[in-house]
Amino acid sequence: MKPAQFDYYCPKTVDEALTLLEESGFDGKIIAGGQSLVPIMNMRLSTPDCLIDINRLQDLDFIDYEEGLVKIGTLTRQNRVETSDLIRQHIGLLSEAVPFIGHVQTRNRGTIGGSLVHADPTAEIPLALMTMGGSVHIASTDEVRTVNAEDFFVTYLTTDVMPTELLTEIHIPIWEGRVGYSFQEISRRHGDFALVASACQLSVDDQNRISNARLVLGGVESVPLLVTEANELLQGERLTDSLLDKVASIVSKVIEPESDLHASADYRRHLAQSLSKRTLQEAYVKAGR
Amino acid sequence: MTVHEVEVKINGKTYKEEVESRMLLSDFLRETCGLTGTHVGCEHGVCGACTVIVNDSAVRSCLMFAVQVDGQEMQTVEGLAQNGQLNPLQKNFVQCHGLQCGFCTPGILMSTTDYLKKHSTPCKKDIQDMLSGHLCRCTGYDGIVKAIEKTVEDQKINI
Ligand SMILES: Cc1cc2nc3c(=O)[nH]c(=O)nc-3n(C[C@@H](O)[C@H](O)[C@H](O)COP(=O)(O)OP(=O)(O)OC[C@H]3O[C@@H](n4cnc5c(N)ncnc54)[C@H](O)[C@@H]3O)c2cc1C
Repeated sequence: MKPAQFDYYCPKTVDEALTLLEESGFDGKIIAGGQSLVPIMNMRLSTPDCLIDINRLQDLDFIDYEEGLVKIGTLTRQNRVETSDLIRQHIGLLSEAVPFIGHVQTRNRGTIGGSLVHADPTAEIPLALMTMGGSVHIASTDEVRTVNAEDFFVTYLTTDVMPTELLTEIHIPIWEGRVGYSFQEISRRHGDFALVASACQLSVDDQNRISNARLVLGGVESVPLLVTEANELLQGERLTDSLLDKVASIVSKVIEPESDLHASADYRRHLAQSLSKRTLQEAYVKAGR
Repeated sequence: MTVHEVEVKINGKTYKEEVESRMLLSDFLRETCGLTGTHVGCEHGVCGACTVIVNDSAVRSCLMFAVQVDGQEMQTVEGLAQNGQLNPLQKNFVQCHGLQCGFCTPGILMSTTDYLKKHSTPCKKDIQDMLSGHLCRCTGYDGIVKAIEKTVEDQKINI
């Protein structure tokens, strides 16, 4: 399978990339790692008139630490994110999530930003960003705007990034205090997209009462689902078996999973309940340590 | 249609060629450069047969365009043997029957070469995890895992 014809540009600066994007309007497409875009082009499901390759924009390849915040450039390869000590130390949920993406050979090339903009509903990085309460920077020739994870994902494979915009930075807050997290997923084979994935990050006080919790599910809706009702219920509580059961029943009520070739809606609902419990429990144990 | 000049160093040799934007790196290697050791399987990044090393990373050559490697360095399976002699990894594939039908072997060799450079003492589970990026339809990967394990052991002795 071969891609259709297109014009190719390889800008050397962010400004140049933004100008090219604006000039090409709706006909241009950014290529980052190409691990989602090129398969789609090879199958001719997408036939952009022009590709703007951001792989030479070294300014967008970085991992920086600031007080209370980790900043990651959009072009940072998934493999670098996975092996970064800084990320493991401060925002460990991301280190736990990334190894589930495809295989080491695709993570060598795939970028953190490409995964976010591709926005597959079961993808790991979108789920992790939502769980940690991160935000992104989106640039155009006119402005740079900041968007929270909650507003970033619109629906299947669609985000708030407009065709003339470039995702430049990912900002992830470092939670204070005793924090625990967990990422789990069930896929048909290791390396495949998840049937259902669950991520949880929470903090506890001195009495092991939950002071903040974010439980997020992937693969049950068109975007990562923040289970707000469960998170509110957990507030101020110690984690017990009966509380876990309550969370599972909330999960079962709020999700509307779909059936497809790989799994029935019922099976997805079952997975969502057990994975929610599992991630919550693991995150709680980690926070208590 | 746009045509681009590409200069790339593959296995130490410089190639200067003209390519269409849409030419996949895998096709460039095979058809333009005549390096047919790199095999083409699924062309959507799943099977791993076309894996090569670009700037010290094992990547799928069916998911890159030839124009993207302009000015870069690459290694393909043809670059493993030295002076007509198979390298230790290749020899162990022969010895441990890690070849099977041989179609996916070049990709597996390239992934392994990159992996062993970055991980000198992987355990069996690590090796299996790295190999999960390759589809071998012959059998159970047993000889392949053994060949890689043996290479790791041999390297330990040599250190
Ligand atoms: C075999 C295989 C298995 C995989 N398994 C998984 C998996 O389990 N989980 C998972 O999450 N992913 C999986 N993927 C996809 C993952 O590898 C991709 O890396 C990721 O989804 C896309 O990132 P990329 O950098 O390759 O982006 P690209 O493919 O280059 O781009 C993807 C999309 O994002 C846009 N884009 C990219 N960067 C920007 C930017 N900075 N600003 C604006 N738009 C941008 C592009 O225009 C395109 O529409 C798999 C891929 C393969 C080949």
